[in-house]
Amino acid sequence: MKAVVMVRPKEGILDPQGDAVRHSLRKLGFEVSGTRVGRLIDLELTADDPADAEAQVERMCSELLANPLIESYEILLEDP
Amino acid sequence: MTDKPRVAVVTFPGSNDDHDAAWALGAVGADPVAAWHQDAELPAGTGGVVLPGGFSYGDYLRTGAIASVAPVMDAVRAFAAAGGPVLGICNGFQTLCEARLLPGVLRPNRQLEFVCEDVTVRVENADAPFLSRCSPGQELVIPVKHGEGAWYADQWTFVQLAARGQIVLRYADDVNGALGNVAGVVNQARNVMGLMPHPEHAVDPLLGSGDGGLLLAALVDTAAAFRATLAVA
Repeated sequence: MKAVVMVRPKEGILDPQGDAVRHSLRKLGFEVSGTRVGRLIDLELTADDPADAEAQVERMCSELLANPLIESYEILLEDP
Repeated sequence: MTDKPRVAVVTFPGSNDDHDAAWALGAVGADPVAAWHQDAELPAGTGGVVLPGGFSYGDYLRTGAIASVAPVMDAVRAFAAAGGPVLGICNGFQTLCEARLLPGVLRPNRQLEFVCEDVTVRVENADAPFLSRCSPGQELVIPVKHGEGAWYADQWTFVQLAARGQIVLRYADDVNGALGNVAGVVNQARNVMGLMPHPEHAVDPLLGSGDGGLLLAALVDTAAAFRATLAVA
C-alpha cells in the first residue's frame, strides 16, 4: 500500500522560504498573493490493511515526519 | 584515565564542530571523549555530554530531526533523565529540541540568510549549572553561524518558560527572528541546555572572545559534580 504525506508550515507560522518563492514569482511577472512551501513524502508500506497503514503513518508523522509545533500534515492513502 | 571530568562529544554524520568542542573542553579542564551516533551507550565515566554544531545527516527533513532519533540519543536521554548535564550547541540545540528534551524548535532564519558573526548575548537567568560562572545581565560575545536559528515556541509555552526562568540567553539585537530574541534555553530540571551561539569558538581572547569558555567551564564543573554524586550513590 502506498501513502503520501503532505507536510505544511502551520497557518500563522512565518514561512520565509514561501516568501522568497513568492518574491521570485513576482519578479517573473506572476501575480501571487501568498506562497507556502511544504514537503511531500511518498511512502511504500508493507501493511495491507488501510486502517493499520493509516495508524502507522500517523505515528510516523508524530514521531519524525512532521514537527507539530510548526507543521501540519495530511495523509493520503493510495489503494493498490 | 585522568581525574579530569569526562565530557562526551557526540559525532553524528555531518557534525563539524565536534573537534573544536573537544579541543575547547580540554582547554577548560575537561577530559573530552568521542562518542559516535550509533553507540548504544556513552563512554564509561561520562559526566557531561555535548552535542556539537554541524549539519547532522545533511539537515535532511528538518535540522536535527534525524539526529534526534539516532541510537546514541537513547543513551543521551537516559543520561539527562538521571540528571546528567547535556549541552547542545547550534545543531546540537536543534537536535535536543527535535528530541523534545528542550522546548521549542529552531526554524529558518527570518532573513533566509546564513548568519556568521560575533553576537552579544545577555544572560537572562543564571540559575542553571551551565551559567554558574556568569551573572544575570552579563553580556557575552560569542559567534553564531547558522541558517536555521530562529527559536520558536507557541505563546503559552514562551510565557511559561520565561516565568520559570528557562530562557537563559537572549541576543542583545535581533539576529535571526527568534521569538523574544531567545538564544538559549534550559529544560525544567535545568540540566539540559541548548544555545545557537558557539561557545567552543570563544574560549580565547586572542581569537576574539573568551566568553564561551565561561559556559564550557561551568559544564565541566557540573560534570565533575555529577560524577561525584554517582560515586556517592
